[in-house]
Amino acid sequence: MLKGRHLIEPGDFEIEEIESIMQLADNIIANPEGYSLVCKGKLLASLFYEPSTRTRFSFEAAMLRLGGEIIGFDDPNNSSVSKGESLGDTIRTIECYSDIAVIRHPREGTARLVSKFAKEMPIINAGDGGHEHPTQTLTDLLTIRKCKGGYDNHVVGVCGDLLFGRTIHSLVKTLNRYHGVKFVFISPKELKMPENILSLLEPHSFTETTNLDEVIGKLDILYMSRVQRERFVSEEEYLRLKDYYILDNKKLKKAKDDMIIMHPLPRVNEIAIEVDDDPRAVYFKQAKYGMYVRMALIAKLLGVGDDND
Amino acid sequence: MINVSKLKKGIIIDHIEAGHGFEIYKELHLNDIDDVVVLLKNIPSKKMKKKDLIKIETDLQIDMKVLGLIDPNVTINFVKNGVMYKKIKLTLPKVVEGIMKCKNPRCITQYEDVKEIKFYLVNEEKKQYRCEYCDAYTTFMEKE
Repeated sequence: MLKGRHLIEPGDFEIEEIESIMQLADNIIANPEGYSLVCKGKLLASLFYEPSTRTRFSFEAAMLRLGGEIIGFDDPNNSSVSKGESLGDTIRTIECYSDIAVIRHPREGTARLVSKFAKEMPIINAGDGGHEHPTQTLTDLLTIRKCKGGYDNHVVGVCGDLLFGRTIHSLVKTLNRYHGVKFVFISPKELKMPENILSLLEPHSFTETTNLDEVIGKLDILYMSRVQRERFVSEEEYLRLKDYYILDNKKLKKAKDDMIIMHPLPRVNEIAIEVDDDPRAVYFKQAKYGMYVRMALIAKLLGVGDDND
Repeated sequence: MINVSKLKKGIIIDHIEAGHGFEIYKELHLNDIDDVVVLLKNIPSKKMKKKDLIKIETDLQIDMKVLGLIDPNVTINFVKNGVMYKKIKLTLPKVVEGIMKCKNPRCITQYEDVKEIKFYLVNEEKKQYRCEYCDAYTTFMEKE
């Protein structure tokens, strides 16, 4: 039962609960009209304390497509935060008006904190600094489900900035809950997967390498990520590492025909534009699935829409 | 050498690393109790060269969990009718609440007034705890 629950990190939900969201997303994709009014009369508070286009639009589009409405801000300077209001007071006030709230905040742990102040209003974490971004994980899961038919026994290559990539950490932790998933971590030495994530995995379930060319032929899924400028103190270090892996058609020649290429977007240059036309590139589909999975999540947390199954 | 009379009832916290005694006194909120409390500093010790010691003449139950964090090598003796009847060895608490602060500079608890933050033990050897909000690892009394 997901009604009234919060989603702060993917581990908050059991595998069966995640599956129920995926099934609802499947149903919504098959019959969007059937769900176009399930949130009529419901209000989503969209609280974006830092800029975001993709995630915010995706949530807002999801709520509007369910027939609900939106209030909120995308610049905290236009809210009472600029007057020094605490997060607890903001949430308690917003709960007087809204049925569900989505929050993005630059500080880690914010969503967990505000969820303690919300008595009945579900809180969805839309990213808290470098910490968690669980709806990106749900997006990734739906993409894998739709493009690969399921999660078990895949060889998943994760490439790029594995040190700071929060979406990658969440995805690896979640896929590790499924059967027989093997990981290949591909990164420069400076951006390796951190020890606290590796320690959660069985030693035989992952390998680490710096060479994408050598391993690309073994992969069922290649998850690319951006080297994020904002995580580096030194510009020189950023410039040295940002071009370390660029996926292009030449590299893809060695990949399986049914491998899929995923990316949370935005990309900078880590996937060459020429790759966009390759049928294995699913990152724009992934963005669309992100909206559908958020529709399913909102409906589940509000306890609406299951009658249409 | 200053002599302190033998305890008839209460708790003796012994083998405190020299200099940690006052920290323990504060963390156990011994200032708030009305019973007799003695804090001895820098007592000569064969094993430790110097040690601190606290005697508390009380019937109160005192939560000793925090001691495992500050100085896991201390020994705690319980005394009744002038006789020691129980001795306990400390272990690190699995969950700590309201004692530690998160060291992650990006954690929301550094910016909002958050009371009673919970920390969960992740590595006993390194005395590492995980913040309930940001999941960052913090070591108690870590000087950064």
